[in-house]
Amino acid sequence: MSTVEAPPDVEPSVPEAEPTRAEQPPFWRRHWRLLSIIGVIVIWRIGLAIFRGDDTLSLGGAELNDFQEWLNDVRDDFDAQRDTNWFLNNFIGGISDALNWIIDHAQELLSEPAFPRPVPEIGWLGVVAILVWVAYLLAGLRMAVLTTLSLLAVGYLGYWEDSVDTLIMTVLAVVICALIGLPLGIWMGRSKWATAIATPVLDLMQTMPAFAYLVPLALVFGIGAPAAVAVTVTFALPPVARITAHGLRTVAPATVEASRSLGSTSGQLLRQVQLPMAKRTILVGLNQTTMAALSMVTIAAFVDGPGLGEPVLQELQALDVGGAFVAGICIVILAIMLDRITTAAGERSEVAARSAADPRIRRYILLGLLVPVGIAVYLSRTYSRFAAFPEGSDLGGKIADRVNTISDWSIDHFSSLTESLKDFVAFNMLNPMEGLSATTPWWLAAAALLALGFLIGGWRALVSTAVCELIILGTGLWNESMKTLTTVLAAALLTMVIGIIVGIWMGRSRGVDTALRPILDALQTMPPFVYLIPALALFETGRFTAIVAAVAFAVPVAIKLVADGIRGVSASTVEAAESAGSNTWQMITKVQLPMSRGSIMLAANQGLLFVLSMVVIGGLVGGQGLGYLVVRGFSQQEIFGKGLAAAVAITALGVMLDRITRYAAERTERGATT
Amino acid sequence: MTQAMARIRRGWVLTFVGAIAASALVGCGEGDIEESSAPEGAAECGEFNIAINPWVGYEASAHVVGYVAASELGCDVEYKDLKEEIAWQGFGTGEVDVVIENWGHPDLVKKYIDEQGTAVDVGPNGNEGVIGWYVPPWLAEEYPDITDWNNLNKYADEFETSESHGKGQLLDGDPSFVTNDEALVENLNLDYEVVYAGSEAALIQAFRDAEENHEWVIGYFYEPQWFLSEVPLVKVDLPPYKPGCDADPEKVACDYPPYHLNKIASKEFMESGSPAAQLVENFQWTNDDQNLVAKYIAEDGMDPEEAAQKWVEDNPDKVDAWLQGIG
Repeated sequence: MSTVEAPPDVEPSVPEAEPTRAEQPPFWRRHWRLLSIIGVIVIWRIGLAIFRGDDTLSLGGAELNDFQEWLNDVRDDFDAQRDTNWFLNNFIGGISDALNWIIDHAQELLSEPAFPRPVPEIGWLGVVAILVWVAYLLAGLRMAVLTTLSLLAVGYLGYWEDSVDTLIMTVLAVVICALIGLPLGIWMGRSKWATAIATPVLDLMQTMPAFAYLVPLALVFGIGAPAAVAVTVTFALPPVARITAHGLRTVAPATVEASRSLGSTSGQLLRQVQLPMAKRTILVGLNQTTMAALSMVTIAAFVDGPGLGEPVLQELQALDVGGAFVAGICIVILAIMLDRITTAAGERSEVAARSAADPRIRRYILLGLLVPVGIAVYLSRTYSRFAAFPEGSDLGGKIADRVNTISDWSIDHFSSLTESLKDFVAFNMLNPMEGLSATTPWWLAAAALLALGFLIGGWRALVSTAVCELIILGTGLWNESMKTLTTVLAAALLTMVIGIIVGIWMGRSRGVDTALRPILDALQTMPPFVYLIPALALFETGRFTAIVAAVAFAVPVAIKLVADGIRGVSASTVEAAESAGSNTWQMITKVQLPMSRGSIMLAANQGLLFVLSMVVIGGLVGGQGLGYLVVRGFSQQEIFGKGLAAAVAITALGVMLDRITRYAAERTERGATT
Repeated sequence: MTQAMARIRRGWVLTFVGAIAASALVGCGEGDIEESSAPEGAAECGEFNIAINPWVGYEASAHVVGYVAASELGCDVEYKDLKEEIAWQGFGTGEVDVVIENWGHPDLVKKYIDEQGTAVDVGPNGNEGVIGWYVPPWLAEEYPDITDWNNLNKYADEFETSESHGKGQLLDGDPSFVTNDEALVENLNLDYEVVYAGSEAALIQAFRDAEENHEWVIGYFYEPQWFLSEVPLVKVDLPPYKPGCDADPEKVACDYPPYHLNKIASKEFMESGSPAAQLVENFQWTNDDQNLVAKYIAEDGMDPEEAAQKWVEDNPDKVDAWLQGIG
């Protein structure tokens, strides 16, 4: 489809388009910021030539500093107390046992053989019938159809049991998130100081890589399903709490005031006014939480959490790209299904609230439908054909073979191309950048980063950078952090290049937007692990693969933000520029891009954070630096402390990059409006 | 929503669910679900949780034991994909009953067997383990002196890659594998950098390509290992191992010890009187046995369960010996 607008037929050079040059301040005044940034980098580069390799604070693979040893000791003390400490033994142990009990029974009921039966209590047909009924109840007929198709699809792909396990884990985690997150959100929505206390904690839960708290949580809850649930809840809780609070706060003050003046008590106000009016927003929060919970399925597999994560990990380990692909597709199908159901349920709640239709009819339908559901359950308990999902087609195996063939073929044919691309990026981009950040003395790199932080983000960014640098120094992983920073910046740079090019294309053309947006939406629903699969197939293990996966994960959000920025440039400005005779290139570079600087900085901010969240996952496929240390600390107890310290350092890097770009975005936003 | 619409809608739903119900009914009369009844005492065995560490040889041993436990003893066998050290944590929580192939791990022995008392050593599994640095055969043939560690620095440039920062690349496997390589490189003053391939499969891929295309690769590898019969990699001689020379993980400067691989089980499980515990105690086989089953899985693409079944059916004598004194 070629809906790209052809460049208008104007003369190539349009001198009168720049009549204002004489009135502008001199070049160095207009671009002092950029020039200073370049200056800092040049000084840094000179410093590298003088001091290369001095004071880099690099720490050998098996070495630990005091902080990391201390973390090891804490872990050991903790472990030693497990059986004697009342809190650990009874309280945590009790939670852990309860979770285990629920999950075991749910699995025997729905997914795993309920020994001595060779099949679960309710076979696939019964499970499909029940879930379809629930989808109809919550989200209507279309979603019931989607649910049927999705469930049959994962079944035919050969991952019925793992898929149902994933649903069990996700639903359980979301229920727990709702039980904790809704009250927390309500509290935050009604009390300023609750917000002040909870916000930094929620921030931390979202910036800290999940792998980092996987280890401590596994220690507390013991490996297996309870730790998997705990890790999922930790990651998925913030959205529902935050969005609930936001929903309550945005209930129109006039409405609140009105009901207050009618004499409502605080409780009445909450139940009868604020909660009903914020219902839609709260359901959006639950949708976000559901998606976050689902995206943890692969991480949970590291502590033996049941679900689709296990086959993905296993096939990745065996380099069976096809197998990992099929299991990944199942995750994507479930993600789309859950996303659409929760979204539709949210919309429906609004429609239902407004519509005057008799709810009794619907109730009768739902009750009536229980009869066929009951029959289906009965059949699935009685006949093995309806109990164990029929295996005949082996669709999944065939797709996996096909994908493997394609992947082998592309490796055979493109390996010289991909190899040279990989080497090109490594030798021309990564290694020089890493040389600059990781082989200069720490004080030089720290000073340079402070200067850059100030130039890009201003005073507040300078302070944040300083604090984060101190934390990183404290973890003892300065050198590794600089390596990680390099990888993150390289990936973010690539993300922005793609984001800006595609974003401009999308922002300037309705047709492209309509075509691309659903694809980008779908890409954003996918759990990050899925991105590893094609990257691994093309580039094998190494830093570059980690970068490719991170870019793939971060690009959709960057494209959308840039496109929205371009579209947001006011039509009259564009028209004025057009009538002044600007050609397409001038329009983009002189009008649209400068006017959407704020959005572009925001895109950079989000791009960086998305890339950073892939750092640890990149560590699994040969990415180096902190992500790899986190993975290693997880699997070798002697360097447990180092892994945890690495997670702290990643979090500090994340906060630093977030603050710098966020303040820069605010500054450019202000600059654009004044 | 008007009533008419509701009716149309109900019609749809009924058709739809009816279709499912109808298609379900078609299969009636195919026979009821039979509860599994093991030859003797299914209830006696109950659940049997075997950890699966991430390499194919291990998978082979675990699935053979698991297959025998399920088919002969009627156990409800569950395989848990866990890395080595994580699996040990599972002994205390009941998540894991047995690690069927343990590579030393003196620190874990101290912690879980001596201190916490949640695990017990159930004796050797018959496999003899070797860990070391290997090069593809073509390299050992053309540069025979490369198998002496003293000459490694001479060839460091040849082993350089985009990932190794101007040094030679020493390729390691999964970060969870038992390894002293980073300390070795430093303490032997080798001009190399350890780069992790990420998994056993990635290591094998790298060695296979290296032999095929005559590329320079040196890396961590181990026996028992089915792949060595496909490409007979050559081991590099490191300074010889003496007991105690690897006591401090930061200061190691000697080769890996010979490993007499053993079985570690949860104490609770061994004392439960489960027939599977007796099976674990009896289980022993050779490196060749394991390599054969591993080859079925990795090279012939058999399902681990099928591979185990094939081996068990081909070797009734050995299996019978494991079942001595049970039931």
